[in-house]
Amino acid sequence: MASAVMNMTTAALDWVTVIFDAPLARAVVFGVHIDGHLVVEVLLVAVILFQLTRKSYKPPKKPLTEKEIDDLCEEWVPEPLHPPITEEMKAEPPILESAAGPHTVIDGKEVVNFASANYLGLLGNEKIADSCISSLEKYGVGSCGPRGFYGTIDVHLDCETRIAKFMGTPDSILYSYGISTIFSVIPAFCKKGDIIVADEGVHWGVQNGLYLSRSTVVYFKHNDMASLESTLEKLTRENKRAEKIRRYIVVEAIYQNSGQIAPLNEIVRLKEKYRFRVILDESHSFGVLGNSGRGLAEYYGVPIEKIDIITAGMGNALATDGGFCTGSVRVVDHQRLSSSGYVFSASLPPYLASAAISAVNYLEGNPSLLAQLRSNIDLLWKGLSDIPGLEIASHPLSPIVYLKLKKSTGSSKSDLELLNVITDRVLKEDSVFIVSTKRSVLDKCRLPVGIRLFVSAGHSEMDIHKVCDSLRRVAALVLV
Amino acid sequence: MTVLLPIPPLVPIPPIAVPGEVRRMVRLTYLTALTTLLGYVVFFVFGFLRDLFRELFDWSKSDDLRGYAPICPPFEDFYTRRIYHRIQDCFARPIASAPDAWIDVVERYSNDNNKTLHRSSTASRCLNLGSYNYLGFAAGDEYCTPRVIESLKKYAPTACSARADAGTTRLHVELEELIARFVGKPEAITFGMGYVTNSSIIPVLVGEGGLIISDSFNHNSIVSGARASGATVHVFRHNSPSHLEEVLREQIVKGRQPGTHRPWRKILVIVEGIYSMEGEFCKLPEIVAICKKYKAYIYLDEAHSIGAVGKSGRGVCELLGVDPADIDIMMGTFTKSFGSCGGYIAASEEIIRYLKHACPAHLYATSMSPAAVQQVISAIKVVLGEDGSNRGAKKLAQIREGSNYFRSELKKMGFVVLGDNDSPVMAIMLYNLAKLPAFSRACLRQNVAVVTVGYPATPVLLARARICISASHTREDLNKGLKVISEVGGLVGAKCLPAEPEKAKKMD
Repeated sequence: MASAVMNMTTAALDWVTVIFDAPLARAVVFGVHIDGHLVVEVLLVAVILFQLTRKSYKPPKKPLTEKEIDDLCEEWVPEPLHPPITEEMKAEPPILESAAGPHTVIDGKEVVNFASANYLGLLGNEKIADSCISSLEKYGVGSCGPRGFYGTIDVHLDCETRIAKFMGTPDSILYSYGISTIFSVIPAFCKKGDIIVADEGVHWGVQNGLYLSRSTVVYFKHNDMASLESTLEKLTRENKRAEKIRRYIVVEAIYQNSGQIAPLNEIVRLKEKYRFRVILDESHSFGVLGNSGRGLAEYYGVPIEKIDIITAGMGNALATDGGFCTGSVRVVDHQRLSSSGYVFSASLPPYLASAAISAVNYLEGNPSLLAQLRSNIDLLWKGLSDIPGLEIASHPLSPIVYLKLKKSTGSSKSDLELLNVITDRVLKEDSVFIVSTKRSVLDKCRLPVGIRLFVSAGHSEMDIHKVCDSLRRVAALVLV
Repeated sequence: MTVLLPIPPLVPIPPIAVPGEVRRMVRLTYLTALTTLLGYVVFFVFGFLRDLFRELFDWSKSDDLRGYAPICPPFEDFYTRRIYHRIQDCFARPIASAPDAWIDVVERYSNDNNKTLHRSSTASRCLNLGSYNYLGFAAGDEYCTPRVIESLKKYAPTACSARADAGTTRLHVELEELIARFVGKPEAITFGMGYVTNSSIIPVLVGEGGLIISDSFNHNSIVSGARASGATVHVFRHNSPSHLEEVLREQIVKGRQPGTHRPWRKILVIVEGIYSMEGEFCKLPEIVAICKKYKAYIYLDEAHSIGAVGKSGRGVCELLGVDPADIDIMMGTFTKSFGSCGGYIAASEEIIRYLKHACPAHLYATSMSPAAVQQVISAIKVVLGEDGSNRGAKKLAQIREGSNYFRSELKKMGFVVLGDNDSPVMAIMLYNLAKLPAFSRACLRQNVAVVTVGYPATPVLLARARICISASHTREDLNKGLKVISEVGGLVGAKCLPAEPEKAKKMD
C-alpha cells in the first residue's frame, strides 16, 4: 500500500518535472538560464502581490438604530443617590440652647463644654459682641456680593491690614469661610506638573485642595521628619527638571486629626536644603502658640519671611468665622484674581470681620490669655494621665487634647462605636460635653480615631477636674 | 534670574470661539467681533513688548529666589499684569456703608498708573446697581435686625465648632425646617458658605464611575465640585434640552469605557435657576422631562432665583410650574435674596440623612454664624408674610415690576439686553474690552455704581455690564439709573440696535 502511494507520487513528480522543463528548457533570457522552478516562484510572487492589494475583511459596523438606543436607555438602571441608611447614620448631634462658651445649655441642663475650639475664651466676650452689634447696625448682616463687585467693605480692608500687622507680614487676604481658605489657596499656586509633598495626616480641606490642584502629590509619614527628608531626597534626585517646576511642602501647624505639632525649624532647614516652598495651615495654632500668639513661627523663633504661604481659619482662637492667607505681596496679590474661593464667592459678612479685628486687638492687649490656656492644658494633662484604657496622643502644647484607645479593637468603625458610647454617657450622666473623631467617607486620612477635648482659657480648674473625673469613671465602666 | 524662554505661544491666548446660538442671542455681528478682537491683539502686543523690556532692563531686580521656580510664572499672570491692572479701578471698589440701594463708594487714587490703589478718606454716594440685594434685606430691616442682635447676644458670633460637634443650635434646626417648608421638600441641611455647599456635596453624591452632565455656563463652585468628585464630567450646550438629550443618549449607550460598555453608576444633571451673567432662566420643564425619561438625577442650583422670582418667592420651580418633588436636589444660597450668608440643600429625608453623615463641610467646617441664621429665618418669615405684615408680597411685586420696567426701557433705548422677563438680573452687552472701563468710570462720575465684567468671567468677545435690581430701588432711583446709562451708553457706542421712536412719549 505504502509503496503504491510512493510510486504514484514519484510518477506525478516526474510528470510535473517534464511539463515544466519541456517548453522553457531551452529559453535563455538576458544570459540567465530559465528553469522550470522559476515559473512557480514567479507565479507565487504574483499571487502574494495580488492578495496584498485586496482590502482586508472587516465586518461592516452597523450604527445602532434609534429603537435600539431607546431599548438600551430603558434597560439602564442607575444606583440610588444615597446608600441604604444604617442606624449609625441616624445619630443626631446635641442641640445647644445657648452660646457655646465654656459652659453651655443642652436639653435644659447646663453642661461643661469641651467641644468648641474656643481656645482663648473670646466667645461671648463683651467688647467683641459690642463691635459686632455696631457693625450689624451700620452694614447689615451679609455683604451681598463678591469682593470684585461692591462686596469689599472697608472693614474687610481694615481686617486684612490688622492681621498683616499682627503677623508681621506685608499683606494678607481675607476669605469668607475657614475651610475654603486652604482649598482655594493650594490650586491658585499649584498646577499640573508641580510637586507637592504633604503630611498624610492633613485634614479634608487640604486633601481637597491637593486633589483640585492636579499636581503630583506625595505623602510622607505623619509628622516624621526622617520620612520627609527621604521623600524630598528621592524627589530631587529623580527629577532632573526640578529647578523649573514649583515644589511645595504642605503641613499643618497643629494637626486637627491628631493634635501633633509640626517641627517648623526642621521643616525650614529641609526646605532650604532642597529648595521647596512651605504652605503652612495655622488654623489651630494662630492665637495659641508663641509668646504673643503669632503662631508656629514665633514659637520656634523662625523669621516669618521664611514661610512662603500661611493660611488660617478664624473659627477657632479668634471666635469669629472666615479665614485669611498671608505672605509676601506677590503671594497675596496673585490670589485676588486666581483664587476661586475668593473671586467667585460672596465676601465675609462685615460683622464677622469687625469681630476679627476686635479679637486681634484684645489678644494683643491681653497676652495673659495664652498663659492661662497653657496652664489649663497642663492641668488637663495631669488629670488625664491615669484614665483606664485611654492614652493621650497629642503634643503637650496642643489645645486639642487627643485621647486614643490603648488597645484598639482592630477596626476604626468599632473603635469609634466604643468611643461614642463613652462620649454619650459622659454627656448624659455627668453633663460634660466632649466629642469623638468625625470621619467623612471622602476623607483619606488613616490616623487612629479618638476623643477630642478642646481646652479653652475660659475653663476653670473645677471644669477640668470635672472632665477628668467623669472620663475616669466612664472609661473604667466601658473599657475595662 | 528668570528668563522668558520663547516657548510658543508667548502669551496666553484665550479661546475666542462663540457657539452659534449664543452669537445669535447676544447679537454679535462680525464687525463687532473683529473690532473687539483687534482691540485684544493691540493689548497683547503692547503687553508682550512691555514684558520683553522688563526682562531686558529689570533682570537684576527679580524678586524670586535663586534655585526656585517663580511662584507665579510670567505666563500665568500675563493677563493680570498687562490688561487687568490697567482697568483695576473698575473692580473691587470698596464701600463704606451697607450694600443697600444707595452706597458710599470709597474713592481710590493711584500713584503708579493703577498698579496699586490706595484708599482716600472721601466717599461718594452712588446708586447701587451691582449688589445682589434682590429683596432689599441688605441694610437694617425693622423686623430682622432687632432679632439678629438678640441672637448675637444669646449665641455669640460663632460656635467655634462644626455642626456635627457642638455647632448645632436651636436656630440651625429651625432654619432647616423653615427652608425645607419654603422650598417644598421634606428636609434640608444648611452650610456656612454657598461655594462650599456645591464643592463638598457633589463629591458625596457622585463618585468615580458616575457621570455629571453640567450646563456650559455653570458657576465655578459647581465646576470645582464636579472636578473634586472624580466622576466623568460632560458639558451640554447652554440651556439646550435637545443637546442634553443627545448627550444622555450617547453616554448611556457608550458606557463608562468605550470598549467594555460598562454602564454608568448614576448620572447627575446640574443646572442653575438663573444664570447670573446672562440673567435668563433655565428651561426647567423640558430638562426635568428629559431627566425623568432617562432616569438621570437632577440638581438645581437656585443661588440667584430663590426668594427673588416666583409669585411667593419660591424660585424657578414656582415660576415655571415645576413640582419640587420632580427635582432630586435643590440647592440655594442665602447671600442674595436674604441678605445673609450661607447655603442649603433641600432633598428627600434619606438623602439629607446621608449627607449629614458623610458631607465633609457638615463634619469639619465651622457652623453658620447664629446671627446670620436668624437673619435668614426672619427674612423668610417676612417673605411668607408670617411676620404679620404684607411687606414680603410688596417686595416681591416691587422687584418684579422694577426689573421688567428697567429691562423694557433699556431695550427701548437700543441697548442689546440679555435676560428673561421677571428676572432681576440683566446684562447690557458692551463686547469691546475698552468700553468696560469707559462705561464703568463714566457711570461712577455721575454717581451710579455698575458692575462691568469681561474675560475670564464671560467669553472673550462678550464683555458686558450687569445690572441687578433690588426691591429697595424706588421708581426715581431706576429713572436716574436709566438716564445715566442712556447717556453713558450713547457715549461709548453701546446702543447697537435702533432705538424706539420718542413720538409715543411726546403725545402723552
